[in-house]
Amino acid sequence: MTAQKNSFSVALFSVLFGLIIGAVIMLVFGYNPISGYVALLGSAFGSMQDIGSVLTQMTPLILTALGFTVAQTAGFFNIGLSGQALAGWVGAVWYALSFPDMPAYLMIPSALILGTGLGALASAIPGWLRAQFGASEVIVTIMMNYILLFLGNNILQNTMAKGIKDSAETTKQVGANASLQMKWLTDLTQGSSISAGIFIALLMIVVVWFIMTKTTLGFEIRAVGLNADAAKYAGMSAKRNAVVAMAISGGLAGLAGTIEGLGNYLNFFTQNGSPAIGFDGMAVALLGGGSYLGVLAAAAIFSVLKIGGLGMPMSSGVPFELVDIVTASIIFFVGASYLIQLIQKRVQAMDEKAAQTAAAKKAAKVGSATDKNQKGGE
Amino acid sequence: MTESTPVIEMRHIVKKFGDFAANDDINLQVQQGEIHALLGENGAGKSTLMNILTGLLQPTSGEILINGQQVSVDSPSKSDALGIGMVHQHFMLIDAFTVTENIILGSEVTKGLSLDTKSAAKKIQALSEQYGLQVDPYAKISDISVGQQQRVEILKTLYRGADILIFDEPTAVLTPQEIDELITILHNLAKEGKSIILITHKLDEIRAAADTVTVIRAGKSIDTFPVAGVSSQALADLMVGREVSFKTTKADAVTGETVLSIDNLEVHDARGVAAVKDFSLAVKAGEIVGIAGIDGNGQTELIQGITGLTKVQSGRVVLQGQEITNKKPRQITEAGVGHIPEDRLRFGMEVEMTLSENLALQTYYKSPLSRHGVLQTDEMDKLANQLVKEFDVRSAGIQVLAGSMSGGNQQKAVIARELNRDNELVIAAQPTRGLDVGAIEYIHQRLIAQRNAGKAVLVVSFELDEILNLSDRIAVINAGKIVGIVDAKDTNKQELGLLMTGMSLSDARAALKEEVDA
Repeated sequence: MTAQKNSFSVALFSVLFGLIIGAVIMLVFGYNPISGYVALLGSAFGSMQDIGSVLTQMTPLILTALGFTVAQTAGFFNIGLSGQALAGWVGAVWYALSFPDMPAYLMIPSALILGTGLGALASAIPGWLRAQFGASEVIVTIMMNYILLFLGNNILQNTMAKGIKDSAETTKQVGANASLQMKWLTDLTQGSSISAGIFIALLMIVVVWFIMTKTTLGFEIRAVGLNADAAKYAGMSAKRNAVVAMAISGGLAGLAGTIEGLGNYLNFFTQNGSPAIGFDGMAVALLGGGSYLGVLAAAAIFSVLKIGGLGMPMSSGVPFELVDIVTASIIFFVGASYLIQLIQKRVQAMDEKAAQTAAAKKAAKVGSATDKNQKGGE
Repeated sequence: MTESTPVIEMRHIVKKFGDFAANDDINLQVQQGEIHALLGENGAGKSTLMNILTGLLQPTSGEILINGQQVSVDSPSKSDALGIGMVHQHFMLIDAFTVTENIILGSEVTKGLSLDTKSAAKKIQALSEQYGLQVDPYAKISDISVGQQQRVEILKTLYRGADILIFDEPTAVLTPQEIDELITILHNLAKEGKSIILITHKLDEIRAAADTVTVIRAGKSIDTFPVAGVSSQALADLMVGREVSFKTTKADAVTGETVLSIDNLEVHDARGVAAVKDFSLAVKAGEIVGIAGIDGNGQTELIQGITGLTKVQSGRVVLQGQEITNKKPRQITEAGVGHIPEDRLRFGMEVEMTLSENLALQTYYKSPLSRHGVLQTDEMDKLANQLVKEFDVRSAGIQVLAGSMSGGNQQKAVIARELNRDNELVIAAQPTRGLDVGAIEYIHQRLIAQRNAGKAVLVVSFELDEILNLSDRIAVINAGKIVGIVDAKDTNKQELGLLMTGMSLSDARAALKEEVDA
């Protein structure tokens, strides 16, 4: 409970300090921080379209952050969320374009399952290598990001049929049978690229929370992550749990990629680097402090900053890059939570010391009186 | 009370952590050349008091006088400067260094650019002879015995000029023979004018070593008195605050069929060396078999081999006719084995999970604690509440993190979980390590109740008192092999002590007979 409260205050402090640092930098470079932040909020909440964009931005971040949290609970550091998301993205778009005539009620569930499964597979491999041979999942997932990035680009450029591509670098748009976009949502948000993905992401928060806290599977994943020896003693299989936890983690990332493909972009195009949603998801998970509601709040903050930042140069002249400084500072402070806790402790200690000296003064008076009594007794 | 100024005087020490007073008006006076025992249960406040004396904690109120001068010990270095040295329970030595190198670590004397180990070694040799420590300054730590390592720790404090030595549970890691030697060393130190504070909850040692004892209970100093003429029983009662029975009385064993049989077992340690070899033993229903031995003679590997935590290289483990060799831990548990592990923090519990979750650790996957893979938290809490009540586990509720509980209550929780399953065999490794007499008494009663109910019990312990008190039969292990199996009624500490060093039963009996004759 206190740990939960602690990580909440750490997150709050981090966001606050991040914004302050952003303000200081704006001041140093001659911008007005107030108008800068007003412009940021204006661009994030100014219209229904802006709000739609914020929600679109949030969707994959929630999922990758959930994925990161699951792996972390099991004691693993899944840096491969980007590659796993890409696996889901490429697979789902390719599948959707290959069966343009499949009815939506078959296409959408099967595409979601396929994308999730590909992400899970991409992540179960490093999980298995870790369980079986002790190979560091950190290194393996980093390397698999490259494998999956270039594999995805190669499939797009060399394997996919010409008929489903617009150019060598881009696929055609997926058909209405596979699109997650919903007309009423698009209309409501004045044509933003929001999709049903946001509901899937919100649902997954509940599902993952339920699995991790209410099921025997979650119990085992937590137990193995916290103390693998005690888990083994209690008859749990650390190997099985490593693979399962990594698969769930990667599955969520794969789902994020699938929603990017079928909800946000509606196609796949040559990637210059691993998609940012993987790495941003790690940052969101860190800011969320391992809590599932925390993930939601952190994803919202990140998305507001990102979408709001896009509008800043237009209305206040503050360059877009400033937002990156703010987000980087927030992450820095989360990472330096030790520092924040130290400051909190110091403040507490100062309060206690003040109380102690007051009490000691009182005690000294009483103490000297009893001392006299004792000497008299001897 | 003597008229001379005490070397240490701690007056009205109060230390509060939030609302909880770990020390609540403690008074302690230690005279020069005195061995002063500090006796108290786990959590009575001994460690807090010593941490205050060594500068690791600051008292909330109260004062400390050294040689009559009021001082403030606000850092460990201040405590060093005041001549206070501590010999910790867990040694802080570097294995690859020599005795001298370890002792001068942190206060190295240099000669030009190189270390001047020679003059330091000379000084250490002189100190060692003065106090009868018999330590070779040039020996490597990894080559000397645990008892000698402890003497290196003592030398460390002496080398730094300590006049007041604090020993924190110094006998926990020693064999009976080494304990006798340590007590001689303590007397030598006192004779030379050093003042010694001995923290312990072992009553025999207090009676053998200390001049004066201060009893601490629940953060308060209860009484200070000379040790001479006080019985262990009186000390124990004072420490716990009620009458304690030491020797758990038990009726003669009524043994049944063999429950556990181990044949020619070989188990390797983490380095791949055979830690258990040609080990055969049978445990029958209704008896407690104790395994006595010095730490590190294969006990850990033996238990891990039986319970499936480590691979068995060769040999067989059979439980009630069913082979369980190299089965998975869960299969072995389900076959009817309860296991109270040696290291409760590493194997026995999930310290960052709740007490309720820990009590469900072996059965969470079965009805009624879970249904279709979904945990039934109500049922888990119901079980936890029942076990907490039945086994007297004290904590601030069943939803506290297991790691926040005291060692005694953690162990009670582990025992509650393992004994609740109605197992045919209970394996208890170091079941009372680090616990106080009150908790030990309780745990012993529970294990004996298990035996009286016709279950087989296998106990591994480094404490001979515990082995002698609990066991019906005692198997002595040395270097992974059984040296001898004796009936608990026909043996004693001296004999077991000799067997533990690897002497054969006949040699040990002959040696003891010679001693008596001489």
